[in-house]
Amino acid sequence: MSAAAAFFYLFAGVTVASGFMVIASRNPVASVLYLILAFVNAAGLFVMMGAEFLAMILVVVYVGAVAVLFLFVVMMLDVDFAQLRQGFQRYLPIGALIGAIFLIELILVVGSWSIDPDLLQAPLGPLASTEGVTNTQALGRVLYTDYVFYFQLAGMILLTAMIGAIVLTLRDRPGVKRQNISVQNARTQADAVETRKVPSRQGVEV
Amino acid sequence: MTVAQSVLPALWPALPELILGVGVLVLVLYGSFRGERSAEGVNVGALLLLVLALFVVMSQPGTKVTTLNGSFIVDGFSKVMKALILLGSAASILLSRDYFQRERIDRFEFPILIVLSTLGMMVMASANDLISLYLGLELQSLAAYVIAAFHRDNLKSTEAGLKYFVLGALSSGMLLYGSSLVYGFTGTVSFPGIVAALNDTTVGFGLVLGIVFVAAGVAFKLAAVPFHMWTPDVYEGSPTPVTAFFASAPKMAAMAMTVRIFIGAFPDVTAVWQQIIVFVAIASMALGSFAAIGQRSIKRLMAYSSIGNVGYALVGLAASSQAGISGVVIYMIIYLAMTLGAFAVILSLRRGGQMFETVDDLSGLSRTHPVLAFCLAAMMFSLAGIPPLAGFFAKFYVFAAAIEANLVALAIIGVVTSVVGAFYYLRLVKVMYFDEPLAPYDPMAPGLRIVLGLSSAVVILFVLLPAPLVGAAGAAAKSLFAGS
Repeated sequence: MSAAAAFFYLFAGVTVASGFMVIASRNPVASVLYLILAFVNAAGLFVMMGAEFLAMILVVVYVGAVAVLFLFVVMMLDVDFAQLRQGFQRYLPIGALIGAIFLIELILVVGSWSIDPDLLQAPLGPLASTEGVTNTQALGRVLYTDYVFYFQLAGMILLTAMIGAIVLTLRDRPGVKRQNISVQNARTQADAVETRKVPSRQGVEV
Repeated sequence: MTVAQSVLPALWPALPELILGVGVLVLVLYGSFRGERSAEGVNVGALLLLVLALFVVMSQPGTKVTTLNGSFIVDGFSKVMKALILLGSAASILLSRDYFQRERIDRFEFPILIVLSTLGMMVMASANDLISLYLGLELQSLAAYVIAAFHRDNLKSTEAGLKYFVLGALSSGMLLYGSSLVYGFTGTVSFPGIVAALNDTTVGFGLVLGIVFVAAGVAFKLAAVPFHMWTPDVYEGSPTPVTAFFASAPKMAAMAMTVRIFIGAFPDVTAVWQQIIVFVAIASMALGSFAAIGQRSIKRLMAYSSIGNVGYALVGLAASSQAGISGVVIYMIIYLAMTLGAFAVILSLRRGGQMFETVDDLSGLSRTHPVLAFCLAAMMFSLAGIPPLAGFFAKFYVFAAAIEANLVALAIIGVVTSVVGAFYYLRLVKVMYFDEPLAPYDPMAPGLRIVLGLSSAVVILFVLLPAPLVGAAGAAAKSLFAGS
């Protein structure tokens, strides 16, 4: 077994196992952590396929932002999972019925699919030549040339979202003590400390 | 050695958008460095930006140009619609100044959000593919959701913002789902590409489904029946200048987007979408007329009035002819003037720091404020479609186009519902002229005077000098049909 195959089975095995644990775990925080594990291993699989940009995006966006956000939500919201599960027995029949209907529909739909034989002959991979170009570079080439208009517009949308969030939530609270670093750094011993002679039995005036 | 290909696409057709985009960034920086004291400066700056963009739009040649990889089109139609959008936005900023100062929510972000929204609307009017259309729409709506909730300490305003956001997100989802089906069944997102693809293939069920979903998403943004339910609540809850904005510029953009999609991308499959538009037009006209009768709040009344007016404008689109689109453009021009004028009057109903927003507060306005009452009466007669005011001609052109296109039943229903609608418009006139007067209101702010003066001039004097507006609308419609 080559090293590549070994890594593939490692990543794939951990992905599937942690995917299972996401739904099997009793503790929701543990579920989210398993989800992160699944994402990281899936990113490993992407790297092995040569899609390194996708792998990095998966780690940055899904692990770095989405999963952490999940974690915050799960920890902040006081969801009583025992209470949520209470009606499980009662709703089991109707849930099973709906599940069965979906399963039958899926089988009918997928079973009737036929794949174009030409598609199987066609080589799998990018259409344009990517000789000597990483896929980050290839994406950048179209993103900042052909699709620069969409890119800039998407940037404006994000700016709008940011301004909107600030407008609707930021409140100026009076009397907040803020740190002023330049003033702190400019302090010298002479400003901050005063030495006085304390006469006996008299104390000092403050 | 080959000559290096020019990487930069032709940017001059998008000059008005670039001005707004760069200008708004400058305003954001200015506002965030100056803090709350900058509200006045940002307001003036935003107004100047919009006026500058308006001049650039007007000075562009009306010939058809596409740029930015074919996703951006400038033609006679986009020129007229952009001018209307910019006028509506500029008027909304003029209307808002006094109100926000008195309500003490005078923050510099409001004009910035208006400009960002305007940028999105201009992209919608110039969209030549489904992606730029969607991005423009999102930019427009996202800013609109925020300004609906701009009075954030007011329960009704935040509720309006939340409702608008949830339903807007739903409608965007429907539009996207429809777009994905259209893309899947035609293999392209660009409008000329879709036209070409539809020439080669027959229209299958999947594509019809896609068009239906796109139509549903569009109807949401237009606030047309059966996707109108958010309109009265959002219009009533939002701060009044924001309501004036919603009723003016975004309507222009939504109508421009509708025409772009149906005439730009699906001109040869009229049979598929015409019945949808006919149904939506009839339902909107009927609901706009009947549901407005029982309203006591003027803002809710204007919401139902806008639903009805969208229905009348869609009559022109249903005709799907050059005359029909020309009618739509004329209708939108006149609707913009009538709506802005009506809101200028509503915003001036203020006494001692309190706003008055019910129909009864208009009582006897003719004796306390004769000019104001006269202008509002002109708007109402015009909305009711009584000659010789502009509203009559607006309806005349769309109904004439519908009859030309053999949609006689649609035109007749339109006339009947406009008679019903006349009842509640004229009730306002009756309250103003024949009921007992109340105490006089505070004098009007200068911004309101400007908007009211200009819109009254358009509504009253249109009959004397219709040629420029009708000519512009005709040229706009011609640019859509000339190529195909």
